[in-house]
Amino acid sequence: MNVLPIIEKPGETDYINCIRCGLCLAVCPTYREHLNEIAGPRGRVALARKSLEGELTLSPNLVEQMNACFACLACNEICPVGIRPAELTLSMRYVQEQIKPIGWKQTLFGGLVSNPDRMEAATLPLRLYERSGIRKLIYQLRLTRLLPSQVRDMEAMLPHLPQRPLRQVLPEKIDAFGQSRYRVGFFLGCAQNLLFAEESKATVRVLARNGCTVITPREVQCCGMPARGYGRLDLVRAQAKDNIATFEKADVDVVITDCATCGSTLKDYKALLQEEAEWAPRADAFSARIRDVSEFLTEIPLEEPKGELKARVTYHDPCHLRRGQQIWQQPRALLSMIDGLDFVELPEADWCCGSAGSQLITHYETSTKVMDRKLDNLVSTGAQVIASGCPGCQMQLLTGVQRRHLDIRVVHPVTLLSEAYEAEDAK
Amino acid sequence: MQSRLIDDLQTKIGKAGVLYTPEDLAVYSYDGTFSETQPDIVVLPETTEQVSQIVKLAADARAPIVPRGMGSGLAAGSIPIPAGGIVLCLTRMNHILELDTINTTVRAEAGVITADLQAAVEKIGLFYPPDPSSIRHSTIGGNVACNAGGPRCLKYGVTGDYVLGLIVVLADGRILKTGGKPIKDVTGYDLNGLFTGSEGTLGIVTEVLLRLISKPRHFKTALAEFNSLNNASRTVNAILAAGIVPASLELMDQTAIRCIEEAMHLGLNTEIEASLIIETDGTDEQTVIREIDACVNICQESGAGSVKIAQNEAERNALWKARRSMAPSLARNAPNKLGEDITVPRSAIPEIVQRLRLISDRYKLPIVIFGHAGDGNLHPNILFDKRQPEQWVKVEQMVGEIFEASLSLGGTLSGEHGVGVLKRPYLERALGQLSVEVQRNIKHALDPLNILNPGKIFPD
Repeated sequence: MNVLPIIEKPGETDYINCIRCGLCLAVCPTYREHLNEIAGPRGRVALARKSLEGELTLSPNLVEQMNACFACLACNEICPVGIRPAELTLSMRYVQEQIKPIGWKQTLFGGLVSNPDRMEAATLPLRLYERSGIRKLIYQLRLTRLLPSQVRDMEAMLPHLPQRPLRQVLPEKIDAFGQSRYRVGFFLGCAQNLLFAEESKATVRVLARNGCTVITPREVQCCGMPARGYGRLDLVRAQAKDNIATFEKADVDVVITDCATCGSTLKDYKALLQEEAEWAPRADAFSARIRDVSEFLTEIPLEEPKGELKARVTYHDPCHLRRGQQIWQQPRALLSMIDGLDFVELPEADWCCGSAGSQLITHYETSTKVMDRKLDNLVSTGAQVIASGCPGCQMQLLTGVQRRHLDIRVVHPVTLLSEAYEAEDAK
Repeated sequence: MQSRLIDDLQTKIGKAGVLYTPEDLAVYSYDGTFSETQPDIVVLPETTEQVSQIVKLAADARAPIVPRGMGSGLAAGSIPIPAGGIVLCLTRMNHILELDTINTTVRAEAGVITADLQAAVEKIGLFYPPDPSSIRHSTIGGNVACNAGGPRCLKYGVTGDYVLGLIVVLADGRILKTGGKPIKDVTGYDLNGLFTGSEGTLGIVTEVLLRLISKPRHFKTALAEFNSLNNASRTVNAILAAGIVPASLELMDQTAIRCIEEAMHLGLNTEIEASLIIETDGTDEQTVIREIDACVNICQESGAGSVKIAQNEAERNALWKARRSMAPSLARNAPNKLGEDITVPRSAIPEIVQRLRLISDRYKLPIVIFGHAGDGNLHPNILFDKRQPEQWVKVEQMVGEIFEASLSLGGTLSGEHGVGVLKRPYLERALGQLSVEVQRNIKHALDPLNILNPGKIFPD
């Protein structure tokens, strides 16, 4: 028996009812690429169980199997007995971190990611790379060919970077156009702030145009998902508390995010802090206020866009929207409002794209295989535009589109809505 | 010996296909049952040639081989035996090799997921009917090895009815081709029939050639609710006696309905004692409608409280999704379940249902009853907690009584799951000594060293 020390770990109810039916294998993107039991949810549950019960040690190989899960939540959704294998792998990562913490994770998620000032400073070289014209030059000279494929793919993940982080340019309060009907908080996620600033600007414009006074608190921290993925649940809780306190001060009706991952994590604060008496009610109230931007826009009387955008467009369901928040009709509804868009459904639209946060970096081979499945489906639609409300998915899709030299635009659905409004104004 | 065998296997099929870490062995120690035994080595071959090489090496080393696909089996037929040995997993042989639209056949490697195969042939208007509930997480090779059934088999027959040919790696590594594209073939023994349902004990099926039919264009699906389980089971025979052959005729008792409802929130009525899912299909819409209407009438005459026909594809899909999640969703009520698949002549369905309830009452452990009532194939599932030894003792006694009940009504042990490990003790009682002897002789003729899935089917 390899008894684990006393730490926070999954309980028996998290795995005991697994009857090993194998239904989860059908929907697991990593299983479908490797066709090896160890790369599927049922195998991961078996390994977690055996290590928790002392039958196996928490070996590097076992831990790696937990890290290899893309946490796309498809297994959670299909499991007929209500086991959540994806959740279990995340919990097992935390078990490992409690027993044998890895120093760089503390530095990265405790020191850097949780502090927006430091994040912005650390990513300055990337912005300089774009701003100085070096990036353009490298593309013109096709120098990326000289890079190893993984580095080339990572380079391609980056959208056109904003000159400055959005947090530094977006006013803390933006008044509604016309009469203010809602006072909303905007949760500016890290990726939106540093990479997709233009898209979040569009989000805020669309909100303001539809009667929202938008408050974007500057002291917002990372939602916590990256730390969660790397097994630092303790840091997620700390970040959660800070964010809850920040928005309590902002005094808003709802808190809106245009990032699928942030949204699902913020809605999960409730579950995350339920054991802490002081925080549980505050987390409950906070999570109840969270809305994905597409969710919010379809709840309010929305100004119909009258401008036209001509393109064949499809939509990829981010895991953290479709399964994380059961949001899939709303973004489609927004796209269907726009004149001129020829919407085609993407086959397997809710199959993971392979991004899964940083799997393109940590599990390159599997990630690109999963992406290839997505791209094959994308190509079959003949779409010129693919919309998806998640920066992680967008980066992955950007990589894929560049790898295959496809002329397909990757964009947030609300950005398209904003463009339809602009087209109308220009008329 | 083992490390030498690993070296040899790696030389033949490459390092990536030979697994032996404690974690690899742990995840290949189980299937869709509660049984568990660790192998010594796991191999993931990618070609028939590699399978042949593996079998030759195993034969030299006298190492047992346990073939498997996705491990969804319900008779512990693909778990390793206590002596260990090699698990040979065919999931990486997953190519569809040929779609012949004129002869309407498909040739595929054993590891193709059955639902993928179905989707591929349906794209061109063809149809592969067998539909085990594990259709999305089982392989066509596993389906052939177990002669899998499913709801649609009432009208269309089982996997074996579609096998035209096989590529089989024999126990000495030689590669045998059986059958071919002709639909009629009496040249020699029916080797397709011999290997189909042999659970990997006679040879390893690496490639299948399947007969396809035209895809039915119209479907009508009804859900009939009964206040009496007895009435529901009588209705099954009433429908068939009326000359209607629905594609599927599925029975679920109250516990089954409650488990599904809890798992899937479909708004099913959980107060009723039983329900039937009835589906008619065909190429002529009017006939399909006429048949379902006739079924609805018979249900009403037999005392159904409510009968509803699915109004669109989404409603129909929801019903079938519910039915396919039936067995696994039972685990919400207990940590373990033992699902049997006895099959009786369909005239005996009302009687067997009564007897199952008596067994459950006597041992005070729930037996959930559902299954393909139309072909007499029922899945009584005993719910229990294996950690409580006295419950396990009861379960073993109950299983014996369930089998006894089936056999005494002219039924059989297994309609579609196979014997595996779990039903071995009852084989001779079901078949008689002579039949078992004949089958042992066949086994010995094809596998004299007893290395192909030993410890399965036959009692020790």
